[in-house]
Amino acid sequence: MPVRTVLSTNIEYISILDEHGAFDAKLGKDLISDEDVVKLYEHMIVCRRFDEIAFKLQRSGRMGTYPENRGQEAASLGAVYALRKDDWLVPCYRENPGLFWRGLPMEYILLHWMGDERGNQIPDGLYMTPQAIPIGTQMLHAVGLAWAGKYRGEDRIACTFFGDGATSEGDCHEALNFAANLDLPVVFVCQNNGWAISVPAKIQCSAPTIAQRGLAYGMECVQCDGNDIFAMVKVVRDAAELARRSHRPTFIEAVTYRLGDHTTADDARRYRDSAEVEMWKKRDPLIRLRKYLVDRNQWDNEKEQILQADAKEQVAAAVKRAEEIAAPSTTDMFDFLYAQLPDQLRIQRATLRTASLGQDPSQLEGGIEASRQQGIEETVSEPGLP
Amino acid sequence: MSTTRLIEFRDALREGMSEEMRRDPSVFLMGEEVAQYQGAYKVSRGMLQEFGPQRVIDTPISESGFAGLGIGAAMMGLRPIIEFMSWSFSLVAADQILNNAPKMLYMSGGQFKVPIVYRGNNGAGGQLGSTHSWSVESMYANVPGLKIAIPFDPYDAKGLIKTAIRDDNPVFFLESERLLSVKGDVPEAEYLIPLGQATVRRTGSDCTIVSFGRPLYFCMEAAETLASDGIDCEVIDGRTIRPLDIETIVRSVCKTNCCVVVDQSWPFASIAAEVAAQVHERCFDDLDHHVVRVHSDDVPPAYAYNLEQEMLPNARKICEAVRTVTYNA
Ligand SMILES: Cc1ncc(C[n+]2csc(CCOP(=O)(O)OP(=O)(O)O)c2C)c(N)n1
Ligand SMILES: [Mg+2]
Repeated sequence: MPVRTVLSTNIEYISILDEHGAFDAKLGKDLISDEDVVKLYEHMIVCRRFDEIAFKLQRSGRMGTYPENRGQEAASLGAVYALRKDDWLVPCYRENPGLFWRGLPMEYILLHWMGDERGNQIPDGLYMTPQAIPIGTQMLHAVGLAWAGKYRGEDRIACTFFGDGATSEGDCHEALNFAANLDLPVVFVCQNNGWAISVPAKIQCSAPTIAQRGLAYGMECVQCDGNDIFAMVKVVRDAAELARRSHRPTFIEAVTYRLGDHTTADDARRYRDSAEVEMWKKRDPLIRLRKYLVDRNQWDNEKEQILQADAKEQVAAAVKRAEEIAAPSTTDMFDFLYAQLPDQLRIQRATLRTASLGQDPSQLEGGIEASRQQGIEETVSEPGLP
Repeated sequence: MSTTRLIEFRDALREGMSEEMRRDPSVFLMGEEVAQYQGAYKVSRGMLQEFGPQRVIDTPISESGFAGLGIGAAMMGLRPIIEFMSWSFSLVAADQILNNAPKMLYMSGGQFKVPIVYRGNNGAGGQLGSTHSWSVESMYANVPGLKIAIPFDPYDAKGLIKTAIRDDNPVFFLESERLLSVKGDVPEAEYLIPLGQATVRRTGSDCTIVSFGRPLYFCMEAAETLASDGIDCEVIDGRTIRPLDIETIVRSVCKTNCCVVVDQSWPFASIAAEVAAQVHERCFDDLDHHVVRVHSDDVPPAYAYNLEQEMLPNARKICEAVRTVTYNA
């Protein structure tokens, strides 16, 4: 028998607005309205300011460890812009620009990194899950949300974000396999920022692209310039449309770069070349977008100054809101542990003694019954699709 | 007048799941071999035919995959029943079941409930070897935010699985392959058994024996043997490990003044260690002897038949423990 080729394929790389400001008018036509390009640019500036201040808060001891999003603003922002407002966002920790665009108040992210769980208490109607810190685990939740949406006959899709490092996790592969095999409307956005802490992306994946991981599972896959907001909007919009129309997932590799350290606990100078960082600084998503707007007479220095001042104010106000929130009360740590708090925990909550001494119901005035009245909501589940 | 039928444990589980699926369209069953094959242990026999492939779903061999998918679906308000062919295989899904499911509600400040049931075979299955014979209860029970039920007979299997499905928290439901063919009376009429309510399997006045799941059969056997020697044991089935119904145990120990706890997991940091500690805390002045624990031996589950029998808690070990605490040794 002759040798046959059973599969040959190629992976596309999409770029619309390149680092020099050159714009592909054909691909970019009607992608984003002029008005919205300005809004997106303004949003990116606010997010850049947010990063700067968050970094300073950590350095001055007012906040815990923080992962800067600097340099990656276009990736999550373009993706969220391209989605519907009720599509699920299932993020990790480098998607602040997208989450803020959806409507998450900025102080929530600050609260989270200040060590306050209330930062993860996502307001109703935003359709996002809390930032996942265990790497890659959230991808399966996105698959489950998409599965549930399909089960209920909704046309809502799920979009999950993860890094290059996450693509080495088993959960990533299980998520891709499930989404492809069960025909689920999921958009997988890999932010390949070149590094997983100190480990370069080539140690996570020795294939020429990370995008082709999607191919192995039988789904659409594409690579794009993750620092190009137009390219991001295009690939995510196409992926979302495919997902909504045919319940097919897409794997997107957004090629970007982490301009900052991994987190404030890291010093990237120890392991990466400053020439590499300098090169990527020139590809900053903000620089090219500003050039795009200036070239089209939509932006000037005066507007920039006003925006910078406004960004400063917005972020300062968010910091104020985050710092003004009263510390949680001790008993809060027992809340939301179970839909209904079991008796032993009720007693412990009421006595705040070590479990070994805090389990005797006789310690409670009025016994367990009284503690049940202490403002802890009881929930009874009703059958039926919610 | 309520009529009962004599049915197998596996059928009771299926009846419980099927009734809940008829009652509530948000319930579905997912796992390896649950649909076409009718369940690796025939627990889901006929369910694909009744509910269709939308609600009874065969998965790739991907435990972390469906454990995590279930969490996402539950976050959206569905009520997944996720079957692990064996709880031994849940180990590859540890992050999803221990680090995500029981913490999602907490970490989201009450925004995302995870009303999910993880179920499957737990404990020695009968010469399945070390890697396939896990008793996960002691290891998993350490984690707050989850519940653990461990049914003894068909009646409890049905009553508990129905409650577990309706519960708004992650419930780990530990079945025993060795019990799936056990028959028992199950009412025609609907009933539910609350989580956190122990039951007395045998009343007695001389010694309290506490256990969960399959080892209860060894406890009952030991109690018969001891009865013929004039030692009258009270056997308590905890039914759920989290929440633990310590009150029922305490009441019994205050009556008998001694206590043996039987647990199929390893001795170190075990369920029995926890029960013993709580009994000591609550019944210190009532105890005539310190609590004695009976466990599987502290070795990987044995493969050889005779070694496996010896390794597990058994009637001989339980009798010895009871004789010790009652000073009949
Ligand atoms: C399961 C797990 N393993 C390890 C870690 C520690 N860790 C945190 S971030 C990180 C690197 C992740 O790299 P990548 O996925 O590329 O995302 P990036 O930080 O570059 O955005 C590691 C190893 C973790 N949080 N979770
Ligand atoms: Mg990375």
